[in-house]
Amino acid sequence: MADVNWTALAVFVLLFGLITYLGFAAARWRKGDLDLIHEWGLGGRRFGTLITWFLIGGDLYTAYTFIAVPALAFGAGAIAFFAVPYTILIYPILFLAFPRLWHVCHKHNYITAADFVRGRFGNRWLALAITITGIVATMPYIALQLVGLQVVIGAMGVSGSGLAADLPLVIAFIILAAFTYSSGLRAPASIAIVKDILIYITAFAAVIVVPIQLGGFGKIFAAVPPAKLLLAVPGADTTGAYGVYVTLAIGSACALFLYPHSITGILSASSGKAIRRNAAMLPGYSLMLGLLTLVGLFAIAAGVGALPEYAGGFKQFGNNFAVPALFLHFFPSWFAGVAFAAVGIGALVPAAIMSIAAANLYTRNIHREFFNKNPTDREESQIAKWVSLIVKLGALVFILFVPTPYAIQLQLLGGIWIIQTLPSVMLGVYTRWFNDWALLMGWLVGTVAGTAMAASMNFTPTYALSFAGYTLPVYTALSTVILNLIVAIALTPVFNAMFNKGGKPVDGTVPADYYA
Amino acid sequence: MSQQSADRRGEQPKWSWWYLLFVVQLVAVVWPPFYNKIDPTFVGIPFFYWYQLLWVIIGAVLTAIVYFATEE
Repeated sequence: MADVNWTALAVFVLLFGLITYLGFAAARWRKGDLDLIHEWGLGGRRFGTLITWFLIGGDLYTAYTFIAVPALAFGAGAIAFFAVPYTILIYPILFLAFPRLWHVCHKHNYITAADFVRGRFGNRWLALAITITGIVATMPYIALQLVGLQVVIGAMGVSGSGLAADLPLVIAFIILAAFTYSSGLRAPASIAIVKDILIYITAFAAVIVVPIQLGGFGKIFAAVPPAKLLLAVPGADTTGAYGVYVTLAIGSACALFLYPHSITGILSASSGKAIRRNAAMLPGYSLMLGLLTLVGLFAIAAGVGALPEYAGGFKQFGNNFAVPALFLHFFPSWFAGVAFAAVGIGALVPAAIMSIAAANLYTRNIHREFFNKNPTDREESQIAKWVSLIVKLGALVFILFVPTPYAIQLQLLGGIWIIQTLPSVMLGVYTRWFNDWALLMGWLVGTVAGTAMAASMNFTPTYALSFAGYTLPVYTALSTVILNLIVAIALTPVFNAMFNKGGKPVDGTVPADYYA
Repeated sequence: MSQQSADRRGEQPKWSWWYLLFVVQLVAVVWPPFYNKIDPTFVGIPFFYWYQLLWVIIGAVLTAIVYFATEE
């Protein structure tokens, strides 16, 4: 531990101490009975517009995002900017579809998307598919938050061998697990406020200070190799990089709000109105993400990849080290500490929400559906608390013992899997037209095809479709959810005719449940 | 939910033409050939980058307009 940056580390530990206190104190914030699962797991559905803004912002724009998207810009250039159209496309979806989900869940005390699907389509196996997809897609996402944490801990020079090397990560995780257990969703909601303020300060400082030191934007962009500066213009017989860029943006946008942690954030809002307002306010985070993506290009221009003092960091963390290196290079140590704390705390907020979301899913849609149909309120919330611990422990073990590239590959697959719940959940809030078994078949076909396609492409996000000599590289999540929809639409009349002579399963909801 | 009846007022889930404003931001960013270029630059930032960042802001404004136009 010879090269520890003590100033940065002191600031980091101080800020970490502050949010640890906040996390535990949050149990008493807007006090509710934490033995009720909707109090522990949804904060009592009492977060107004502003808290929801911090919570969903902290939830969706994760530490990994802030490390990995600029890292992609640093390594691959313009293609990383797909994150910007992606975040432009998500908010109309949030505005239109998700207040409906909020209302129906509020009416029926649903706390997960699978609860809703169970009530809407009356099919426990379809609900189980939604549940398992949610849990499996979330696990690697939690693990990736730890990658963000690992990178900033490494950047402060904290290293060691064997068990000692992982000790800081383990400590951070024990803190996270303890306050999530005791305070539930109130903990990440209160911490998100601190974290988001730190992230905004960091991002704007980087976008102002670094260009001044590098002699202006003109010089920065002139230093970026032309091949990275723009998307490659496709040839005559392919949609090339343009197709990749747009389908990545559209597919990611369709998938985002289907993730359990997104839905947990949305359902914890106090009203549909708070969600619609946030659709106009959350782009503030998109702007920051866009600016941080530019920071990846700054790192190219600054040439941090070639500086000997950062060679060890790049060797260990790859391009993910680009942003931390830039902060170490251009800012005083104490501010680097603030930036690293922002990323580190930024890892804990979504990790907490993700583990709560996975715990809610297990408790409601597996335990209560299949093992114990009538738990007491206390039993139900107790199971959820324990499952949240197990989920986090699983993520920690995963990141300590499995090489990082596997986590990244699994997270890519997670996106392909979670989008397969779109017909049941996002279209389900509009229509009961689909046959429940047809939805399940569509989900199965989409999931199997998506997994096989991603595996055949060596776990890269796109799969090239060919039509009559014309090549369309398409984000696999998007092409397979279309396949999923085609199967569900084609099989619905068939299954209705075969199985539903006595009428469809009962829809537990009525149209008036979907609006205030 | 006992307070539900009190909440049951305000907007109906009817179609509003204001929603078409969402299509504007969609169209603006789904066609890369239109913005995949360097010029015109803005304070040294290539068009590709500032154009898309600008649409984040325009998109937020359009969403706010839809919100105020459709909220009772």
